[in-house]
Amino acid sequence: MDSRGLRPPEKLLFEVSRPGRRGAALPPLDIPDPDRYGLEPAYTRAEVGGFPELSEVEVVRHFTRLSRLNYAIDLGLYPLGSCTMKYNPKVNEKIARLPGFADAHPQLPEELAQGSLRLMHDLERALAAICGMDRFTLQPAAGAQGELAGILMARAYHRDRGRARQVVLIPDSAHGTNPASAHLAGYRVEQIASNDRGCVDLEALRRRLDDEVAVLMLTNPNTLGVFESEIEAIPRPVHDKGALLYMDGANLNAFVGRARPGDMGVDVHHLNLHKTFSTPHGGGGPGAGPVGVKGILEPYLPAPLVEKTGERYRFSHDRPKSIGKVRSFFGNFGMFVRAWAFILAHGPDGLREMSEVAVLNANYIRTKLADLYHLPYDAPSLHEVVFSDRDLEETGVHTLDVAKRLMDYGFHPPTIYFPLIVKGALMIEPTESESREELDLFIAAMRAIVEEARSTPELVRSAPHSTPIRRLDEVGAARNPVLRYAGPASPPAARGSR
Amino acid sequence: MGESNRYLPASAADREAMLREIGVPSIDDLFSSIPASLRFGGALRVPGPLAEMDLIAELTAISRANRDIPVGAQFLGGGAYRHFCPAVVDHLLSRTEFYSSYTPYQPEISQGTLQAVFEYQTLICQLTELDIANASMYDGASALAEGILMSERVNPKGRVVVSDRLHPEYLRVAQTYLANMSIVTVPFGSRADGSADPEAARRVLAGNASALVVQHPNFFGCLEQVEALAAAAHEAGAALIVAVTEPVALGLLKGPGSQGADIVLGEAHSFGVPLSYGGPFLGFMAARTRFLRNMPGRLVGEARDADGRRGYVLTLSTREQHIRREKATSNICTNEGLCALTATIFLATLGKEGLRDLAIQNHAKAAYARERIGAAPGCRLRDAAPIFNEFVVELPVSAEKAVRDLAERGLVAGLALSRYLPERPRDLLVTVTEINPRSEIDRLAAELGRLA
Repeated sequence: MDSRGLRPPEKLLFEVSRPGRRGAALPPLDIPDPDRYGLEPAYTRAEVGGFPELSEVEVVRHFTRLSRLNYAIDLGLYPLGSCTMKYNPKVNEKIARLPGFADAHPQLPEELAQGSLRLMHDLERALAAICGMDRFTLQPAAGAQGELAGILMARAYHRDRGRARQVVLIPDSAHGTNPASAHLAGYRVEQIASNDRGCVDLEALRRRLDDEVAVLMLTNPNTLGVFESEIEAIPRPVHDKGALLYMDGANLNAFVGRARPGDMGVDVHHLNLHKTFSTPHGGGGPGAGPVGVKGILEPYLPAPLVEKTGERYRFSHDRPKSIGKVRSFFGNFGMFVRAWAFILAHGPDGLREMSEVAVLNANYIRTKLADLYHLPYDAPSLHEVVFSDRDLEETGVHTLDVAKRLMDYGFHPPTIYFPLIVKGALMIEPTESESREELDLFIAAMRAIVEEARSTPELVRSAPHSTPIRRLDEVGAARNPVLRYAGPASPPAARGSR
Repeated sequence: MGESNRYLPASAADREAMLREIGVPSIDDLFSSIPASLRFGGALRVPGPLAEMDLIAELTAISRANRDIPVGAQFLGGGAYRHFCPAVVDHLLSRTEFYSSYTPYQPEISQGTLQAVFEYQTLICQLTELDIANASMYDGASALAEGILMSERVNPKGRVVVSDRLHPEYLRVAQTYLANMSIVTVPFGSRADGSADPEAARRVLAGNASALVVQHPNFFGCLEQVEALAAAAHEAGAALIVAVTEPVALGLLKGPGSQGADIVLGEAHSFGVPLSYGGPFLGFMAARTRFLRNMPGRLVGEARDADGRRGYVLTLSTREQHIRREKATSNICTNEGLCALTATIFLATLGKEGLRDLAIQNHAKAAYARERIGAAPGCRLRDAAPIFNEFVVELPVSAEKAVRDLAERGLVAGLALSRYLPERPRDLLVTVTEINPRSEIDRLAAELGRLA
C-alpha cells in the first residue's frame, strides 16, 4: 500500500509508547531508609501525564529511522548560501567528548579548570589574529546574540561619550538578524539602499550620516558574495561623524588569510564558529558567535574575560564598563573546543587555502551556470554566487520549484529568496569541502532542471517526487497550528493542557 | 600550496583545471575584488597545522589541565547539574543526519529533525503543564530575558517584579537584554524559610507590572509556593513567569502550569547535554496559548502533504527575524537544535518511570546530605523550606577557602556563594544528584564537620 516501503512514516514517540516500558533504570538508592524524605503532596504529582514509555531498542529504532529522513552534509553538497555548510571533522567530535572537557562543571573554581581557561585564551588570541581585532568575547551563543552584544557595546561607547544616539544604518541586503538585533539594543533601524552593483551607495551613505547615527552595520563580503567595493572609503565618513562601523562576519569564510576585518576600519565584528570554523550546525544549532573589537570598545566587552598572568589563567569579572552578560557562564564552550581543533588542524596556510578553495568552488559553479541562470549582479563572486529565476519566467517555473526539484537529484537546495534585493534569489555557497566531481553533479542537476522547466515544467512545479514526503501545506499549518501531540486521534489542542 | 590538507578534496591538478575553466590564471585573480591596500599578505599568527594524531595529543593534554576530581566527589550545581546519561543518547545524536544538517527550512528532506522537534515541544508542554513550547533558546538565562520581553509585548508596563532568590546570572543576562527596552526589574524579598514571599510580591507588584518572576526550585535550592505566587501575580494583572534551572525536578514536582504559571522557562541541559564547562546548553520556553503570536524562536507544527500524509514544518515564521526583521519577536536564528534533540532522546529513554525515579533519587540523596551536613559540627543550614537537590549551608569559615582546601582532599564541596554574593562569605551551595554515592556524601559531611 505504501510505495515508499523503505522509508515508511515513523509514528510519534507517544504513539509507539506502551504502559510499563522503560529504556533506562538507575541503581537502587544507596542511602538508608530513603522513603523518609518524601515531599509533601502539595508540591508533587503522581506522574508526568502523557510521557512516553519505551524500551531502549524502541528508542534506538525510532530515532535511527527519523535520522534517515534528513539530508546532511555527510550525504552530499549542502549549498545553503550564507550558512557555510562545510564538512565537520570527526576528530573534533571525539575531542569535544574528552572527559576533561565534557565533564567540566562551569562552577569549578578557576584553579581547577585551567585547561578550559587556557583553551578559551588561546582561541581568543587566534581569532584576534585571523580577524585583525584587538580582543574577542566568546560568550555569545550564536551570531545573532553576537550582533546584540556588539551593538550593545557600541551603545555603551556612545553613552560614555554623552549620548547613545538613535539610529543604526543597515543595507537592504542584510540578514534579518541585523535589524532585529539593532532593535533589541534599543535603536531605530534605517535601511540604506544598495547601488546597482549590490553594494553600499557611498553618496547615499554620506548624505544620511549625521550625529544621530550610532552604527553602520555592514556584511562583508555582502549577501551577494561580493566584496564591498567602497569599503576603503566607508570608514572615514562614518568615523568623522562619530559613528562606529560594525561588520557582520557571517561570510568570513570568503577571505581568511587573504584579508582581515580589522584592517578595513571595522570597530566591532562578529563571526560564527559554526560557519567558518566548522562546528556542526546540529539541525539548527548550537552555534557560537564570538565578537571582536578594537581597543576603543574593549572596556565594554561582556564579563568575564580570560587573562593570563605568568603560567596561570584567570577570569576578570571586574569590568565596570561592561555591557554585562548575554549568556550564563562563558558561552558554548563545546564549540570552542571544536573550533580550536579546526584551527590547529589547518594552521595558517591551511586556513588561507580553505578560503581559497571555497572561493574557487563558488566561481566554478558560477562559470558553469551563468549561461542558463540569470546573474542579477555581475560583480566578482567570492565564497558564494547568487542567481535568480528571471530567465525561467516564461516556463512558469520559479525558484521554489528549482529548489524542490534539486532534492530529486539528491541535493539540498541553496538558500532561496534571499537576499531580498534579488527577486527569486538562489544563493549558492558550496564551501571548500566539495570535490570537483560533486560540483559537476550539482551543476549537471541545475542544468537539467532548466531543460525540464522548458520541456516538462509540471514535473518541476510538482517536485519533489522522490522524498519521504511531498510538498507540505505550510499555509494550512500556520492557519490552524498543531504544535504538540494531543492524544490519539483527538481534535487539536483538546487535551493535555488546561 | 604546501602539503595537502586532509579536509580539502581539491588536488593541485583539480585547482589548475578549475581555474582554466573559470578563465583566470591563478587563485590570486579570484581575490582581485579586494583592494590592494586591504589584502593581507602576511602569515596568520596561529599555531598548526597538526596531523590528527598530534591534534588529539595536544587537545588531550589541554583537557588534562582541568583537575581530574572524580565526578562522584563533586557537589556543584547552581544552574548546571551533573546527571547520568544513557549511552544510547550520545550514540543517536551522533548520527550525522542529525548533527551535520541545519535548520529544517526544506521540510521534505528534514522530517527527522522536524518530527523530533515536534516531540520535544510536546515533552516540554507535558513537563510544564502548559499549552505551547518553542524550540529552542540559547540557555536558561537568555530564555528568561526573552520571556520577560514576551510578557511585555503582551502587556506593556515597563516593569517586572523579580524574586531576590533568582539565579544571579539569570538576572544579569535579563538586565543586559532589557537595558535599552525601558523595562526595569524590581526585586521582592523572601520569607524566613528561604522561599519567595507572596505577600512581598503583592506589595511590590502594586498592580503595575507585566510579570512576576520566580525561580522554582530557587537559586538557594528551596521550593516555592507557586500557587500563592500565581495568585499574587494574577490579582495584580501580571503574568507569572517561573524559571526552572533544574528541570529534573519536574519529574516529581507539579507542572507549574497546573499551579497557575503563565510562562515556564529555563535550562534543560540536565536532560542529557554534557556540562562541557557551561555550554552548549538548552534554553526552553513554554507558555499559555495566548502568547502564541508573541513567542520568540522556532515553532514546528503538523502539516499535510499533497497526498494527505502527516508531516511537520517550521510554522508561524512571520514572528521571526528573517521575515519581520526589526519587528520580529526576537533576533534569535540559530538556536540549540541538537541539544533539544538530545533532551528528546534522553527523556524518551528514561520515560515516565525513569524520569520520576531520577527525580526521587536526586531529592532523597540531597535530603540525606542535608541531614548529615546539618548535623556536622559548626555547620548551619540556612533555610527551612523544602528543597529539591540543593541547599545552602553556612560554614564556620570562608566557603571559598573551604572549597579550595577540600579540593586538595579530592572533593569539590559545592559553590561558594561569595562568587555572586560577597555579603555571604561563609555560605556554600551544596548540590547532590544521583551521581554522588553515599560514601562521598558521608565524606563531605565529615570534612565539613572538621572545618570548625
